[in-house]
Amino acid sequence: MIRSRRSAGVTAATALALLAAGCGGSDSGGTASPSSSGSSSGAASVFGAATTQMVNPSDKTGGTLKYVYSDAPDSMDPGNTYYAFNWNFTRLYTRALTTFPAKPGADGLKVTPDLAEGLGVPSADGMTWTYKLKAGVTFEDGTPVKAEDVKYAIARSNYSEELTGGPKYFKQYLDAGDYAGPYKDEDLDDFTGITTPDDSTLVFHLTQPFAEFDYLVSNPQASPVPQAKDNGLKYEEHPVSTGPYMFESHSVGKEFALVKNPEWDAASDPNRKQTVDRIEVQEKVDAADIDQRLVAGTADLDLGGTGVQAQTRSTLLQDPVKKNQADNPQTGFLRYAMMSVNVPPFDNADCRKAVLYAADHEAIQSAWGGPVGGDIATTALPPNVAGYKQADVYGFLADKNGSVDKAKQALTACGQPTGFSTKIAVRGDRPKDVASGEALQQSLDKVGIKTEIVKYPSGDWSAQYAGNPKFVKANGLGIMVAGWGADWPSGFGFLSQIADGRAIAPSGGNYNQMELNDPTVNKLLDDGIKTTDLDARNEMWSQVDAKVMESGALLPFVYEKTLLYRDPSLTNVFVSPSYGMYDYTTIGKQ
Amino acid sequence: MTAPLEVDGSAASASPEAVTAGMGRRIEGRSLGQIAWLRLRRDKVAMGGGILVLVLVLVALLAPLLVGLLGSPPNEFHSSLIDPVFSTPKGRLGGISSEHLLGVEPVNGRDVFSRIVYGARISLLIAFLATLLSVVLGVLLGIVAGYKGGWVDTLISRTMDVFLAFPLLLFAIALAGVIPTSAFGLEGNSLRIAVLIFIIGFFNWPYMGRIIRGQTLSLREREFVDAARSLGAGTPYILFRELLPNLVAPIVVYSTLLIPTNILFEAALSFLGVGINPPTPSWGGMLNQAIDFYRIDPMFMLVPGLAIFLTVMAFNLLGDGLRDALDPRSR
Repeated sequence: MIRSRRSAGVTAATALALLAAGCGGSDSGGTASPSSSGSSSGAASVFGAATTQMVNPSDKTGGTLKYVYSDAPDSMDPGNTYYAFNWNFTRLYTRALTTFPAKPGADGLKVTPDLAEGLGVPSADGMTWTYKLKAGVTFEDGTPVKAEDVKYAIARSNYSEELTGGPKYFKQYLDAGDYAGPYKDEDLDDFTGITTPDDSTLVFHLTQPFAEFDYLVSNPQASPVPQAKDNGLKYEEHPVSTGPYMFESHSVGKEFALVKNPEWDAASDPNRKQTVDRIEVQEKVDAADIDQRLVAGTADLDLGGTGVQAQTRSTLLQDPVKKNQADNPQTGFLRYAMMSVNVPPFDNADCRKAVLYAADHEAIQSAWGGPVGGDIATTALPPNVAGYKQADVYGFLADKNGSVDKAKQALTACGQPTGFSTKIAVRGDRPKDVASGEALQQSLDKVGIKTEIVKYPSGDWSAQYAGNPKFVKANGLGIMVAGWGADWPSGFGFLSQIADGRAIAPSGGNYNQMELNDPTVNKLLDDGIKTTDLDARNEMWSQVDAKVMESGALLPFVYEKTLLYRDPSLTNVFVSPSYGMYDYTTIGKQ
Repeated sequence: MTAPLEVDGSAASASPEAVTAGMGRRIEGRSLGQIAWLRLRRDKVAMGGGILVLVLVLVALLAPLLVGLLGSPPNEFHSSLIDPVFSTPKGRLGGISSEHLLGVEPVNGRDVFSRIVYGARISLLIAFLATLLSVVLGVLLGIVAGYKGGWVDTLISRTMDVFLAFPLLLFAIALAGVIPTSAFGLEGNSLRIAVLIFIIGFFNWPYMGRIIRGQTLSLREREFVDAARSLGAGTPYILFRELLPNLVAPIVVYSTLLIPTNILFEAALSFLGVGINPPTPSWGGMLNQAIDFYRIDPMFMLVPGLAIFLTVMAFNLLGDGLRDALDPRSR
């Protein structure tokens, strides 16, 4: 190749030749290492291996981990982001009071202390939760982390008008009066929702008992932010690290790089690993390009963690070698159709049940990509949520293509023996939503339920259309196709927004689109969140699930699954069940 | 009829023109229409396009019959023909078989042939009616602007400029996105079709309007118009009895060329998801679905793509041929 570089004047041909030389060089370097190390690991690389065990466990350090992402993240500021992948990724440079342990399977769902010494201690009346910080944890500049730093972080993320990205659970549950946030009211003592009796103790004061508080403080919002370093929205350029990595450079909306944080102490952090020297993230890469780079090994991980595109899916599954380097985990999302109990004839439970019986679950599953895209769902709670209990009251799995007889019986019971007409609302720009709507339409047609599919843009779906009960009623949207994932993996985290009758937002932004307002469900949710005993609490979530299914207003489609590709050169790879993607805090490179 | 001989392309004129058709045969007069038809018949490419257009129209009209004979209902699922793991049709070339002549759709196994046939209905219906709307508006406003001149011309011409400068696609997407479920006594898809026809037709009239205005500008200076005026003919009479018959040629030619543009526009809107509602088949919508499968099931993208391509080509060939036949000087 060098021979072709004859003159200084670069012709197109020479430029191409040089490019080719560059590519060839890096390619051979990239592929040499995985092949030499393929046999050194303990866990075998088979299809789905990383969902049950850590693949390629290794303590080898060094190397660079390259992430790519199809968009720009909402914010790298731990207090201003609402994406699951970012709640996963920010843990590389932030430590919240609690976190999810670095374990695959059900163990990975049990919240564990991180910055705090132990899990929270509730008072007898459940109105306060107390956390003690681990001693000796410092920021990247060596300053010790104090309880005020965590208090400040929660104040800025929940009470300021500037940071709008994340959820506002703390504002909802803490007893803070009309505190205006730290940017308007710089005296942190005015924030009475949290008190700090000493530098290592945090006491959260609640307005009502909330037994799942440990989940709330696993949110990156509950990781320390030094008030002196906070520059509002610009804080995302360089969030001050407490984790194993810290920001080296950050060009917002384009790319950033993390390097090892020398102040991080592995002794205080049993969950994370500090293996690679550098982590680079490139944003706004085309989704198809991402897949190609992952399979070619020129990028290590897709930051978004939502899995490969449909086409790459088939390519991977058809290749026996590549298939063994893929995982098919549950994402924690339930895809479903909701029937509004306020839109006739769905005000009659038997009419709703007719839809449940008539639905062709296999055809709907096919719309979601077949068994690889999701398992046929029979409950309101997906399996990786605490409180899930296997049940199939309508016999979905026995009659995978629906039962015309049972549907007709239900139709007779509801007084519409020949069927009726209604509408199926879908998000028009979500092909899978549309396809599952079409599949449902076909199966309902067989029992005389005539439906018309109406498309709405997903951007205003909850603000103006399906999430606006007035619009739903006025336009007779009987069936609405949607999906839901929990903010934390418990029955309450999942169901409180979509099944609580008091969560119905009358003028838009409503996620309880079935408008189910069942006093039993509401009471179970209220009682459950006050119950500190974990098993008793989870049992109550199962009961809520059963009640919701009993109403017939929810037709679960699939427990969504995705297909992730892991390059053989990656070490310590496993799927975090709580985020539904690879756990980013342990991955290293061989 | 008072059309003079030298007006080019006046197909509707009855004025005779002597043509010797052969030594042994009687010399007879032929109308301009007959001459144009002769010219068109000799243009094999245009005739090919014309036949294809005819076939397409027949296919659209006879869709239920064709599908009844050769396919299965366009919305019927055939899940057994789909590979459950990959969601793609079993068998080669997108599942082509004697029952499914063009294969089946990925995911749900709907018959591609019958969806293409029914898709032709939607495409042609919207394209024809939208073209009709553009032509009526364009001819009406163009002829008035050209004949009246002065402030009327200025007003209409500037309006046309505004319409031509309008970001039509963006507007169409915005408007089609907010169509209510019922209005004007129409509901669901019939309303959507009506709105699509309105959007496409209403915003395309200036193309026709400009051409008609230009032609009218030159025609109104002709002697036959002066003659009509001096005989005391009113404006409506001059516009519609004197000028309009002489504009038939450009109207026919440009309508034929506007139809494929409108077919493409409808396909683009359906492709972008603001066309008609599923499960009603449309070519643009099928193309959109095919994006997710183009590498593993290329047939599914090829078929609607070819359908759009052939239709647009057929109308363009016919339109070009018509222009050559009706207006040989423009060649």
